[in-house]
Amino acid sequence: MKKAAGIMIAIFLFSCTAFAENNMVQIKGSDTLINLVQKMSEVYMEKYPGKNISVTGGGSGTGIAALINKKTDIANASRLIKAKEIQNAEKEGVTPKRVVIAIDGLSVIVNKDNSVLQLTVDQIGKIFRGEITNWSEVGGDDQAITLYGRQSNSGTFEFLREVVLKGDYSSNMRQMNGNSQIIEAVKTDIGGIGYVGVGYAKEAEDINIVKVARNSKSPFCSPLNVEDVKSGKYPLSRPLNQYVNGTPANEAKEFILFELSPAGQKIVEEQGFFAIPDEYIEHNESIIG
Amino acid sequence: MNKIKDKLIFFFFLLSGLIVVMLLAGIFYLLGSTSIHAFKEISLKQFFFSDNWNPNAYGEPSYGIVSMIVSTFMVTIGSLVIAVPLGIGTAAYLSDIASEKVREIVKPVIEILAAIPSVVIGFLGIVLIGPIVAKIFHIQSGLNAVNGSILLAVMALPTIISLSEDALTAVPNTYTEASLALGATKWQTLVKVKIPAALSGILASCMLGMGRAVGETMTVLMATGCAPAMPHSFLDSVRTLTSSIAIELGEVAYFSTHYYALFAVGLVLFIITFIINLASDIILHNYQKVYN
Repeated sequence: MKKAAGIMIAIFLFSCTAFAENNMVQIKGSDTLINLVQKMSEVYMEKYPGKNISVTGGGSGTGIAALINKKTDIANASRLIKAKEIQNAEKEGVTPKRVVIAIDGLSVIVNKDNSVLQLTVDQIGKIFRGEITNWSEVGGDDQAITLYGRQSNSGTFEFLREVVLKGDYSSNMRQMNGNSQIIEAVKTDIGGIGYVGVGYAKEAEDINIVKVARNSKSPFCSPLNVEDVKSGKYPLSRPLNQYVNGTPANEAKEFILFELSPAGQKIVEEQGFFAIPDEYIEHNESIIG
Repeated sequence: MNKIKDKLIFFFFLLSGLIVVMLLAGIFYLLGSTSIHAFKEISLKQFFFSDNWNPNAYGEPSYGIVSMIVSTFMVTIGSLVIAVPLGIGTAAYLSDIASEKVREIVKPVIEILAAIPSVVIGFLGIVLIGPIVAKIFHIQSGLNAVNGSILLAVMALPTIISLSEDALTAVPNTYTEASLALGATKWQTLVKVKIPAALSGILASCMLGMGRAVGETMTVLMATGCAPAMPHSFLDSVRTLTSSIAIELGEVAYFSTHYYALFAVGLVLFIITFIINLASDIILHNYQKVYN
């Protein structure tokens, strides 16, 4: 009995040290980025055997919190870091630096039987704040609107709130656990509306992607249009980021360089997102050196 | 030598008992001492009487747990309404009516049901049960308390069936024989003699099922929509105490008001489950006294 316990402890200790020596790069955060970064890490690990990268989700807020608590090497974030988070990081001796790895056109999705195919930013704001509650108010059928959004640890939740709502979400909004859950819900709900990363919307069936205009005078743009998203003409385009502590080094740096390489950016496009434009390439170079 | 061995074993068991008690006390102390900080900034009145929970608000954050408590009780009671009759019925069937062969197949199958991970049940709630609920009630979204109740009932059923069946089987044969000899039918024997005789076990099984439903997190998190608004009917989305903690604890800044408030929510949850267990203990105890 004692012997068995001794062996167990030995195995446990051994596995701990084995992991520690493995130089595993931990990546954590945004659920919008998880599939993309997962795919990139798979290709990377296949290309360079012996490298070890672990990607987990949890939401941008969770990833940034983990970076601050030094529990991850890279934090995926679909939003920018908040001033308060930078303060917290500095208290812990962490200096968050941002690298942009892809561009997303945040897509507003509705059920395939919904006749509303375009909305202005103002209308989307009113819908998610709960001020518009029926599709007839935005030119659709007489049908109650059901809101599907993300939970507060999601960067997408914050992004839409900062850029579009400029206020609180309706307390009747159902708070879903990830992009795919929103798609599943909108698929079956004729009055449903939700928001997901374009990489998820593109792949989904039985939903419509709404065209969005900045205001009532500007043209309606689709998040599927590469030029509009990259140029920012599509109002909900946003950079997808990774935060690291200080200038990235060693294994983490190598992986980030791979993400930004043509091979990495090819995966970005394969996953339905958009490659980074020149302005961000320059920004990234200034961070990585 | 033997005496020392005896003593050692005695202390070992005493220690195990004490560890459990200390663990419980420790958890209670940790929750209590951490959540007390929350009330430096949140008034008790807001916490216990406001139904607006929005710690990440765009403007002023608010911390009211009424709608979460209502939500928790709604899905729990809903699941018991489904699981208790179904569970006792199945248990009675297995113990009294089913042939040996059927029982040998059905019982393990029910126990396998208990092994399904909650995240899988939650997923079924989104893609399968939810849309069915929406169709039956002619509503747009099936992510509501009914959906959560059905899924929690599925999760509580194995416990209820298994323990109730054990309790029914444990009723001495002499009871059944005496009842049948007096001319009672099989149905009368089951309802009037066996179920009352096994009631303590059946009650215990239901209480355990209830405990499971109150504390379940992943399934309700995925399948009930988690809208923070106060639910007005079983067809509204609900957000339980557990799902709020699970959603928010991952990203909360340590030692902030929000962090302490989540511990206070945990404390409330702990007290609720504690009361349920205490109540079941008291009921059991009283019942056994009367019965003996």
